[in-house]
Amino acid sequence: MRHLLNPLDFSVQETEQLLNLASDIEKNPSKYAHKCDGKRLATLFYEPSTRTRLSFEAAMMNLGGTVLGFSSADSSSASKGESVADTIRVISCYANICAMRHPKEGAPKVATLYSGIPVINAGDGGHQHPTQTLTDLYTIQSQKGRLDNITIGLCGDLKFGRTVHSLIESLVRYKNVRFVLISPPELRVPSYIRDEVLKGFEYEEVTNLDDVLPKLDILYMTRVQKERFFNEEEYIRMKDCYVLNKDKLTLAKEDMLILHPLPRVNEISVDVDSDPRAVYFKQVQNGVYVRMALILTLLGLA
Amino acid sequence: MLNISGIKNGVVLDHIRAGKSMEIYKYLGLDKLDCQVAIIKNAPSQKMGRKDIIKIEGEGDFLNLDALGYIDHRITVNIIKDSIIVEKKPLSLPQKITDVIHCKNPRCITSIEQELPHVFVLTDPEQKVYRCIYCEAKHR
Repeated sequence: MRHLLNPLDFSVQETEQLLNLASDIEKNPSKYAHKCDGKRLATLFYEPSTRTRLSFEAAMMNLGGTVLGFSSADSSSASKGESVADTIRVISCYANICAMRHPKEGAPKVATLYSGIPVINAGDGGHQHPTQTLTDLYTIQSQKGRLDNITIGLCGDLKFGRTVHSLIESLVRYKNVRFVLISPPELRVPSYIRDEVLKGFEYEEVTNLDDVLPKLDILYMTRVQKERFFNEEEYIRMKDCYVLNKDKLTLAKEDMLILHPLPRVNEISVDVDSDPRAVYFKQVQNGVYVRMALILTLLGLA
Repeated sequence: MLNISGIKNGVVLDHIRAGKSMEIYKYLGLDKLDCQVAIIKNAPSQKMGRKDIIKIEGEGDFLNLDALGYIDHRITVNIIKDSIIVEKKPLSLPQKITDVIHCKNPRCITSIEQELPHVFVLTDPEQKVYRCIYCEAKHR
C-alpha cells in the first residue's frame, strides 16, 4: 500500500505520471466524475485548515466519492486522549483513503504504520506539506510546459516557509534550474538547505527583489510575518522591499509566473490580481486536480 | 593492578573506549540483571592506551547488539563457554535502532504520544547521522 508523506516519496518519473494525470483531469473532468463512486475519503484534521480540507473534499466529490472526518482536535477523540495509531485503525474501518493534518511533525508517518488504508500527509507542523508542493510543480509545468531550464525566485520568509524548502528539494531533481533566494538576512533559508540540498547547484542569495526581478521565469512569493523580525526598525525598512505591486511588475518578464501558496496578506497588492502573470488563484484550482490525481493513484484507480 | 577473575560462561565486552562503560551499562539495561557484572575502568591496553571492559556472567541472549553497535561499533563482543572464547560477534553501525536514543525535537509526535517507540534510521553512515523516522530530525 502506497502513502504520501513527503513530495520526494514520488520519483521524478512517478511525479511526471501524476502531473500528466492531473492535466488529463483538467482537460476531461467528466471522464473522471465516477471513478470513485462508492469510495470514501476521511479528512482527519487535528488543527484547522479550511482551505486544504475543502480542497481534498472537493477533489473526492469531483471523483464521485464521499467524505467524512473532523476539522479540529476538539471535535475528535484526540481530545479524549486517543492516540494517532488507534484513531487510524478505527478510521480504516470507515474509509478507503485518508488525508491527515496534524500540528506535530511525523504524525502522518505514525498513521502509516498502523493504517489499513492509504494516508496522505495534508501538513504536519513545520515538516512537510506534499500536496502543496505537487500543486506548485503542476502549476509551473502546466503554465510553462516544463520543470527544467527555469530561473525561479523564492521571495519572503525562506527560513520558516516549509513550502519553500519542499519546492527547492523537488526542483533540484530537474536539469538546469537556477534558484534566486530573496529574503532579509534574518529569514535566509536554513543552513541544511544551503549545505545539503543546494550544494553543487546554481543559486544566489539576495535581499533586494527589484534587482533580480528582470531575470526570473517564476516568482514564488511567501508571506513575511512581522513577528519574524528581530526589531521593528528592520521590519519597516524591509517590508516594502517584499511587496509586489503593478509598478514593480513592469521590471519583470512578460511571461513570468507569480505563484503564492496563499493566504497572502499584503505582499502581493490586489492590483496585481488582474495581471495575466498572476497565477496564484489558478494554483488553488490546480490543487484540486492534483489531489484528484493523487487519490486515484493511491487507490490504484489511475 | 586490579585483579578480576575470568568468567566461566558469559560475555566479555572488550575494547570499550575508556570512560564509556557506564553508558553501555545503562543502554543495555545491565542494572536489571541479577547475575554478576564487573565493570573495569581504565584498564591498560596496548591498542588503545586505556580501555574499559564489562564482564557479564550468564547467558548473553539479552544483548542488544544494535544498541552496542550504535554506541561504538569497535567494541569486541566475546562469548565465553567453559572459560574459553567460543565466538566473537562482529558489530557494525545498525541501520535501525529502536528505543536506544530518544527524539529531542519538541515538535515531534513522540513528544506528545509517550507510548510510541523511538525509532531512528541511519541516513549517513560516513557522518554517523541518525534521523527520527517520524519527524526526520537529526539526533544530536
